[in-house]
Amino acid sequence: MSVKVSMKVNGQPVSAELESRTLLVTFIREHLRLTGTHVGCDTAQCGACTVLMNGKAIKSCSIVAMQAEGADILTIEGVAKPDGTLHPMQAAFKENHGLQCGFCTPGMVMNALDFAKSHPNPTDQEVREALEGNLCRCTGYHNIVKSIVAGARAMAAAK
Amino acid sequence: MRAFEYHRPANLKDAVALAEKKDEGRYLAGGQSLVQAMKLRLSAPTDLVDLNALQDLKALKVEPGAVTVGAMVRHAEVASSSSVLKTLPALAALAGQIGDRQVRHLGTIGGSLANNDPAADYPAAVLGLGATITTNKRKIEGDKFFKGLYETALQPGELITAVTFPVPKRAAYMKFKNPASRFAIVGVFVADFGGGNVRVGVTGAGPCAFRQSEMEQALKKNFAPDSVAGIKVSPDGLNNDLHASPEYRAHLITIMAKRAVEAALK
Repeated sequence: MSVKVSMKVNGQPVSAELESRTLLVTFIREHLRLTGTHVGCDTAQCGACTVLMNGKAIKSCSIVAMQAEGADILTIEGVAKPDGTLHPMQAAFKENHGLQCGFCTPGMVMNALDFAKSHPNPTDQEVREALEGNLCRCTGYHNIVKSIVAGARAMAAAK
Repeated sequence: MRAFEYHRPANLKDAVALAEKKDEGRYLAGGQSLVQAMKLRLSAPTDLVDLNALQDLKALKVEPGAVTVGAMVRHAEVASSSSVLKTLPALAALAGQIGDRQVRHLGTIGGSLANNDPAADYPAAVLGLGATITTNKRKIEGDKFFKGLYETALQPGELITAVTFPVPKRAAYMKFKNPASRFAIVGVFVADFGGGNVRVGVTGAGPCAFRQSEMEQALKKNFAPDSVAGIKVSPDGLNNDLHASPEYRAHLITIMAKRAVEAALK
């Protein structure tokens, strides 16, 4: 039961013949070999698989690839500039020590990018609420919250 | 996940025809419950009929006396719609508390109601506001929609197209959420339409959402937190799981109802 799927990933048009039950995250990791998007829990709890679909943060383990047909997908690989210059949100994570093992970081950054668009100067509380769908087992969240506040301000300043 | 055949019809007629033709066909809305259930093989449909191309189901209409939410409207849209925030803020607040922000970007009201998870939020608003559920075949009164655990009045192949919420004088939703899943351990929606028409919808506590008539009677006489604060709810028939006992849930119904009335009066 294969289906043809086409979408844009990090600005590049991609298409493939897939089994219809292929999850979006499986397509991204195993077919496109973009392994920056992680699978943590595979049950929609941890948010490590967060990508942007048409600009909105979603969990790519929670939809089949066909649900993203025609969509514009952004993964962590598409966030920095081609020359390797970090995006202000990524730089903020680095500056504020917002990661330890780094497993949850791609999902944190993707969710934060979307959140920061509507919250140019967020409070800690707003950031903590926005992170309800992202789990981290190392940091205790404190530095992640600091990173996202700094990153959101940097994004607003860069506009 | 078991294999299935994927369909993306372009209109309502084709969608219903496809679902009715297949023995184990299921509609796919946002997929935030169904895809997870399929991954666990709790659900194994032979066919998925994706509703994402049905533009008619994506309309959000706000009139002076009623808010009509198309079945495919995402929770995040209801939560952030300026007209819903103005006309029926309690509904926007409820939608903004469902799951987490990633889930709210995909999850839909039609999917939530058709699934009828015992801990879902929208059922409390459907009962608390006396909503009407429109399907491809008929209109179903909210009071007659929820039949039991994951069971609704929908017939096989019947598709929710929109949900219409009457606008009350004042209303509020209070949820005691499971800190891990964000599902309601108990959620209470209270609405006062004036003229003694008060409704109280409870979710999370029983096999499906229900109205709390003793509280409705008390609030009819006097719409104040103290009217419900002394009401002791019976734990008989309430859910018992690792998160909360029936007695604790019964206790929470009173607490959440009291807080909802307080919030509605603000």
